[in-house]
Amino acid sequence: MAFLLRLMWRNIFRQKLRVGLTGLGIVIAVIAFALLRTLVDAWYAGVNASSSSRLVTRHAISLGFSLPIHYQQKIRQVSGVSGVSFAVWFGGIYINEKNFFPQFAVEPSTYFNLFPEFAIEPEERAAFLHDRKGALVGRKLAAQYGWKVGDTIPLRGTIYPGEWNFVVRGIYHGAERGSDESMFFFHYANLNENLKKLGDSRADHVGIFFVGIDKPKRAAEISAAIDELFKNSLAETFTETEKAFQLGFVAMTETIVMAVRIVSMVVIVIIMAVMANTMAMSARERIGEYATLKALGFGPVWIAALIVGESLILALGAGGVGILAAFPVVDRVAELLGRFFPVFMLSGRTIWMAWAAALVVGMAAAVFPAYKAATVSVSEGLRSL
Amino acid sequence: MPSLIEIRNLSKFYRRGEQRIPVLVDINLDVMEGDFLALMGPSGSGKSTLLNLIAGLDRPTAGVLRVGGVDIAALPESALADWRAAHVGFVFQFYNLIPVLTAFENVELPLTLTPLSRQERRQHVELVIELVGLGDRKTHYPRQLSGGQQQRVAIARALVTDPMLIVADEPTGDLDRASAAEILELMERMNEDLGKTIVMVTHDQRAADKAHYVQHLDKGELSERVEVLARTP
Repeated sequence: MAFLLRLMWRNIFRQKLRVGLTGLGIVIAVIAFALLRTLVDAWYAGVNASSSSRLVTRHAISLGFSLPIHYQQKIRQVSGVSGVSFAVWFGGIYINEKNFFPQFAVEPSTYFNLFPEFAIEPEERAAFLHDRKGALVGRKLAAQYGWKVGDTIPLRGTIYPGEWNFVVRGIYHGAERGSDESMFFFHYANLNENLKKLGDSRADHVGIFFVGIDKPKRAAEISAAIDELFKNSLAETFTETEKAFQLGFVAMTETIVMAVRIVSMVVIVIIMAVMANTMAMSARERIGEYATLKALGFGPVWIAALIVGESLILALGAGGVGILAAFPVVDRVAELLGRFFPVFMLSGRTIWMAWAAALVVGMAAAVFPAYKAATVSVSEGLRSL
Repeated sequence: MPSLIEIRNLSKFYRRGEQRIPVLVDINLDVMEGDFLALMGPSGSGKSTLLNLIAGLDRPTAGVLRVGGVDIAALPESALADWRAAHVGFVFQFYNLIPVLTAFENVELPLTLTPLSRQERRQHVELVIELVGLGDRKTHYPRQLSGGQQQRVAIARALVTDPMLIVADEPTGDLDRASAAEILELMERMNEDLGKTIVMVTHDQRAADKAHYVQHLDKGELSERVEVLARTP
């Protein structure tokens, strides 16, 4: 076995340029694969981060319609509901349109009880609760713009016109690995007060309700009970699990996600062809050596193992380098795309898929050359020398 | 004394499309243990084919082929490979060494198929490498050795498993005269001192003169054996 491994290892480096270029190709392919799969994961980050103990209630027609705030009390009374909060999409502009980040007007006293994944220092939480003009921002967002507690953040309203100034009272961080740290929260009371002053009909209306439930397995029953409450009203509701709500967003861009998935597979198929060519060339050049080994008594399985092993060492070695290199590359891309993808990180699943891809490339590339070398007749192989 | 190699009415045909091309026709041959036989003949006469059949690298179309009492034509592929590993040493015209292995490792290669320990393998390899006079070249790769030295490594590889039969296909065909003489001398020692039975294919009369007797092949037919009366010193 040791002898076989030694021979595999030395065979790999016989054609240094060829193996170097093939290895480089695998490294780049694995990085590309990891990047594309991370992009798909980023697309589903909201879905993955959603809690099974939360429901989302929105207007039955579409998200574009708002719901009366007094629904909150009615929903709270439904059996199995442990808490209700709400959020309003603000859509303000920070300096210019390029600086996009999600902003929500929320009811802090109820909202953060429902979202324990947003971890806040107690003193910052208290400061935010007591300041109606205060804002709570995610760690990544604060880092991106260099904000600190006490800074005033000006936002130009688009949905809710006017110049809005908020004072950063706290910076939250994700309690879980996939938590979104790029959001901006402020008091709904602040927004509502202004709307009332302006006589805006949108006062006392919210975008969506978040409903906490005691037992996730009762989600369907509770959703139906909530929607039943508002049946035949002017604003009927549609309630679903948070996961289904997030999936609804992803479904709108399903074609793009599918295209990214296909491209990630195409990358692997291309490198498989390159690797198969390398292995086929190597095996063809050494067919006389394989015939010699067979003449000496080495069996076809041993010869096939020599080729498959060589292919696997190359594919998994280069694949490993590609996976290691993917970490800084993904981090850099996360910085560049942070405003579009708040959660952009290499997942354990992607790493395993990259390893599996390298394994499949190594195996598939070796199948034909190994079969050819294992089945070549000794006298025919010796004649090729 | 029984024949080590016993060939009766052996034929070998190749197929090319519908055509059946005879390579060896009705061959009868006996090689005794300790014999040194040289097979000569023009190119395409079937010498290498006969050698391959004797060594178990190819299978006859018809006839009987026994080596050491074993009907090797009847052995399944894996058993034939085991038989070759245990009983046949090979010396090729172009040495057929593995370029990424050192001289020592090339010689050790056939022993990796045996149950010998690493230490025992080392002892065997040291012994035969000294025997062929390459004790100081053990760590050299084939590209760092001359043709003659490479062929000596190949001979050491052929000897290391202590086979009953050595087959050599034009062992001096790629060598200059001086190197060829050294290799022939080594083969003569293998035969005389170690008692190895050798079947050698050659075009070189000087090589053939080292054998006990010569048999000529022409158009697949074997001539009468010719004893080498005055073997060259």
